Amino acid sequence: MCSPLNEKLRNIINKILPPGVTLLLIFVAWQLVCSLGNVPKYMLPSPQDVLGAFQKDWQLMLHHARVTLLETFIGLFFGILTGFFTAVIMDRFSIVRKMIYPLIVISQTIPTVAIAPLLVIWLGYQMLPKIVLIVLVVFFPIAISLLEGFASVDADTVNLMRSMGASRLQIFRYVKLPNSLGQFFSSLKISVSYAVVSAVVSEWIGGTEGLGCYMTRVRKSFSSDKMFAVIILISVLSLVLIWLTHVLQRASMPWDKINRKRSKL
Amino acid sequence: MAALEVKNVTFSYDNLTNVLENVSLTLHEGELVCLLGVSGGGKTTLFNVISGLNRPQQGSVLLNGRDVTGQSGKISYMLQKDMLLPYRTIEDNVALPMIIKGMKKKEARKIAGEHFAQFGIDGTQKKYPAELSGGMRQRAALLRTYMFSAEVALLDEPFSALDTLTKSEMHRWYLDVMDKIKLSTIFITHDIDEAILLSDRIYLLGGKPGTITDEIVIREPKPRRSDFNLSQEFLAYKREIISKI
Repeated sequence: MCSPLNEKLRNIINKILPPGVTLLLIFVAWQLVCSLGNVPKYMLPSPQDVLGAFQKDWQLMLHHARVTLLETFIGLFFGILTGFFTAVIMDRFSIVRKMIYPLIVISQTIPTVAIAPLLVIWLGYQMLPKIVLIVLVVFFPIAISLLEGFASVDADTVNLMRSMGASRLQIFRYVKLPNSLGQFFSSLKISVSYAVVSAVVSEWIGGTEGLGCYMTRVRKSFSSDKMFAVIILISVLSLVLIWLTHVLQRASMPWDKINRKRSKL
Repeated sequence: MAALEVKNVTFSYDNLTNVLENVSLTLHEGELVCLLGVSGGGKTTLFNVISGLNRPQQGSVLLNGRDVTGQSGKISYMLQKDMLLPYRTIEDNVALPMIIKGMKKKEARKIAGEHFAQFGIDGTQKKYPAELSGGMRQRAALLRTYMFSAEVALLDEPFSALDTLTKSEMHRWYLDVMDKIKLSTIFITHDIDEAILLSDRIYLLGGKPGTITDEIVIREPKPRRSDFNLSQEFLAYKREIISKI
């Protein structure tokens, strides 16, 4: 009755088809406005123009995308690392949590776009200021979600582990860490898209390579078709990263699928 | 020698009001002793002291004659809820106490695996706790308790969360398993029928601060006959307990 293939097909019809149709309608309307309305290309390029821009500049965009992605990955790596260790230390020593937690929260009101130029002044035009900005952006959601995950552990479970003679490290490894994975991945999904946007923003400010630099150049030459193309490319990159995070989550939390299926019943 | 001896234990959380006062009890090897009392009477606190999670202000806990007062990791303890970790398969949950003691995962799994059939949960090894019924989860939790230590187990209302039918099925299963593995057990309950049905002796814990007020020996031989809980003797025990509580 309900084979996996059938289920997949139904999934496509239910979830992917409706927004797909909407998107198609928007593209058709957009193309019609451009072809019939006599809108100048530098103000609103048609979907066809954007496709053309992709064709023409594909190699160049790919080169810049590689730079942006590299910055994103390095920034994510160090952002997760610092977020993780901060969360662990805040969880272990409540005095540290009391000292820095409110400050971390308040620091989030500082607009990252405003720090980016400062970072360029301090750290130059190379990759470093971009990576630092991503670390600053990613650090917060990761640290907070992990800390909440560690703290939401069931007290009785911890008592049970203690009655078995488990050490602090063992309790962390067998209870706290797996308990916080769900929250960690939820915030990682937000973080990856933040990271891409931060990389692009800091490339606007200064630099010679990356999608942000490419964007600044095409904007200055009023090549709106290329502008649209690069915006779409950035969105697609973020989507791919979010999807990769999802795949990683599935692989590292095999119990999650079953628990979710049970709660649906 | 007694498997477990609790001697004159007095305990308070704040050094002002005692929760337990001068509690003494003995558990012989292979015996199943029940601790019966009203909720909030200090039963669970007593278990926390025996298991070493809390250190008593006075008194001592002896395991096979050795003083283990305030030392956790010596006596197995099963709490009210099954407390299986949702992110570990049943076999990894059951093997966890041995892994904590430093055993290799593979070896711990193998040792745990030998007992699945005996506990009536064969075939659940690779499943996650969410896929099992409440009764099955409780069996797995008991096996984990047993894997931790085959000497003495403390069970804190292990069947209280189950529905009546599952509960009586679990009682039968429990007596059957206990008959095979001869685990010395102290069992908390507030269900008088359950206490009479399962145990060799019953301690009544009452008063404020909590102390042992009485001891009742159930002389019905084990394994218990299937209609024991409908017999005159059963009712007589029940009447005696109600009059003493």
